[in-house]
Amino acid sequence: MRFTEILAFAVRGVTANKLRSALTTLGIMIGVASVILLIAVGNGASQSVQQSIAGLGTNILTVSPQRAQAGSTTKPLTVADATALADPVEAPAVKSASPVVSASATASHAATSYSVQQFIGTDPAYFGTTNSEVAQGALFSTDDVRQGRKVVVIGATVATQLFPSSQPVGQSILVNNIPFTVVGVLATKGSSGLQDADDIAVAPLSTVQNALAGYGSLSQIVVQATSADKLADAQAQVTTILDGRHKIGYGQTADYRVLSQEQLLSARTATTDTFTVLLASVAAISLLVGGIGVTNIMLVTVTERIREIGIRKAVGARRGSILGQFLLEATMLSLFGGALGVAAGFIGSGFTIAGITPVVVPSSVLLAFAVSALIGLFFGSYPASRAARLRPIEALRHE
Amino acid sequence: MTARSGSTRGGNTRSGNTRGGDTRPVDTRAVNALAGNSLAGSAPTGSASTGSASIGSAPGGGAPVIEVRELRKTYGSGDTAVHALRGLDLVVERGEYLAIMGASGSGKSTLLNVLGCLDIPTSGRYLIDGIDTSEFGEAQLGLLRNRKIGFVFQSFNLIPRTTALANVELPLVYAGVRRAERRARSMAALRMVGLEDRAGHRPNELSGGQQQRVAIARALVTGPAIVLADEPTGNLDTHSSQEVMGILDRLHASGRTVVLITHEDDVAAHARRVIRVVDGQIVESRTAWGVPA
Ligand SMILES: Nc1ncnc2c1ncn2[C@@H]1O[C@H](COP(=O)(O)OP(=O)(O)O)[C@@H](O)[C@H]1O
Ligand SMILES: [Mg+2]
Repeated sequence: MRFTEILAFAVRGVTANKLRSALTTLGIMIGVASVILLIAVGNGASQSVQQSIAGLGTNILTVSPQRAQAGSTTKPLTVADATALADPVEAPAVKSASPVVSASATASHAATSYSVQQFIGTDPAYFGTTNSEVAQGALFSTDDVRQGRKVVVIGATVATQLFPSSQPVGQSILVNNIPFTVVGVLATKGSSGLQDADDIAVAPLSTVQNALAGYGSLSQIVVQATSADKLADAQAQVTTILDGRHKIGYGQTADYRVLSQEQLLSARTATTDTFTVLLASVAAISLLVGGIGVTNIMLVTVTERIREIGIRKAVGARRGSILGQFLLEATMLSLFGGALGVAAGFIGSGFTIAGITPVVVPSSVLLAFAVSALIGLFFGSYPASRAARLRPIEALRHE
Repeated sequence: MTARSGSTRGGNTRSGNTRGGDTRPVDTRAVNALAGNSLAGSAPTGSASTGSASIGSAPGGGAPVIEVRELRKTYGSGDTAVHALRGLDLVVERGEYLAIMGASGSGKSTLLNVLGCLDIPTSGRYLIDGIDTSEFGEAQLGLLRNRKIGFVFQSFNLIPRTTALANVELPLVYAGVRRAERRARSMAALRMVGLEDRAGHRPNELSGGQQQRVAIARALVTGPAIVLADEPTGNLDTHSSQEVMGILDRLHASGRTVVLITHEDDVAAHARRVIRVVDGQIVESRTAWGVPA
């Protein structure tokens, strides 16, 4: 019997029961598409985190409070700490140290109100340290900080939210019902993975402490080293100064911690890696579910197909011809479903999903395609291969 | 009805000649010889008329087309074993028209399935044209079913969602017959059962009687020497039954060996010989006119 005849049988088998073929294809397609898409989302998230952290610069240290060991007291990070870190004699490797407080705040203008993701109070050096540039208007000055003026520099996201059609600079907004004047808008930085770097408002430290955050511990001190080479020196000097000020003895756990961008990067990467693993397991589950769907459809129709196998054997079909036909049918459905799934995965990856631009991982395409094709092939041909081994009468009597 | 071409006759003669000793090595050649009667090198001249072609008169040699010795078939084992056939002997001569009757569960279908090589017996010998099939493997039995036997089931057993023509063509595809010839012969077979105009219909678009006639067309399209039918009218009304029996009568008249199972006396009356099966054994064998055979 020629291959073309077997192929014709397979094509007829696939087209004869269109619903079954469509459902099988759909199951494989969903499995493949979701694996590709979910892994792409995880990958996209971790890539943008890395990019945005790398964009911050390599000469930055972040000092943040942390709970001390039980027994010892936790001292807050204070503005005096920040000033001490900027001492050019004690800490020659430190260029600047900006105290940062952050508050949760709802800003409103006219009828629109918007909950700003990061509302922070700091000094003007912060802008230089974090590579923040002004797009419109100006940054606030040291004088503004000293006077505690109610001025604010807003990020691009906040600007478009509050001022969809007007110029923000010079306008007044209410932050938690306290009026602030917008003096500048920051140039856009883009999304840093899970967090929009443009969803920010920056005001003078004294103002924020006074009006919003109170005079407790600083959230952070952002330290800039004189150069990237001096980062380790700066970290040592910062630690020495703060240990002295916070009276941390040798071997004791400090009530603060100092992290470089590199350390921050690896911490964040670890987070997004977890995220990716999570998405991958969701994807694996959907592949499994798709596979079970395919299996179900195959098994539901298997009785009819086994009778068909019985009929074919009764009129003299060889086991090889039957196997070939069913293997070809399964191959066609799997490949078609897999191809549709890859297409759907790529199309879906073109959209921004929950603020994340998915980036397709090539190996995930291969994996998803291979796994689903194997599932389809196996469940399409295994029952058939067993049935082909039966005597014709056994296959005909199958229930 | 046209007589079958010379090559067919030659095939039969060949298979007759290979008969001889009691034991001989079983190989595909033997099956090919057996199968030779209808398809191997079938002449195109026969193609247009195959459906209604006669198989010609029985070749010389006189070996019965079916010979069954001490046939036993046991389902299951131990306490639950069912002895469906208990040492049954049967000889069917070439061109015979035989009806098998008997109570339900007496083993009729089991016997016919063995005769059709759809099932294999637990023990005993089954010779087709004098050639012992007991050592035949899966492939050789398949070849036998394809070339030598046409089987008609009570429940039709057509492939669903597939046209009548494609169903009839099926055995020819597995026999390796080329497309054009296949088409012509299948149409001829459909013409013989009076369903030429239904070639493009699917089984669910046909009545029971029409489905059974398609099934008969499929059984006769390869020009088999033996046509076996297990209660072919069991699911049909009187009118359809008469049509189906009319076709089987014509097959017999054209020289084919026809064996059918039935419960109905008027169906059995079409046959020239009736055997009665009780508990897996033949208890009575008589002609249609009541004379013990
Ligand atoms: N596949 C099977 N498994 C077990 N027992 C069977 C099977 N087929 C038939 N039998 C038993 O063998 C006996 C003969 O069955 P069958 O040949 O179908 O009878 P009939 O066709 O004469 O009604 C019955 O007792 C039946 O129950
Ligand atoms: Mg029966």
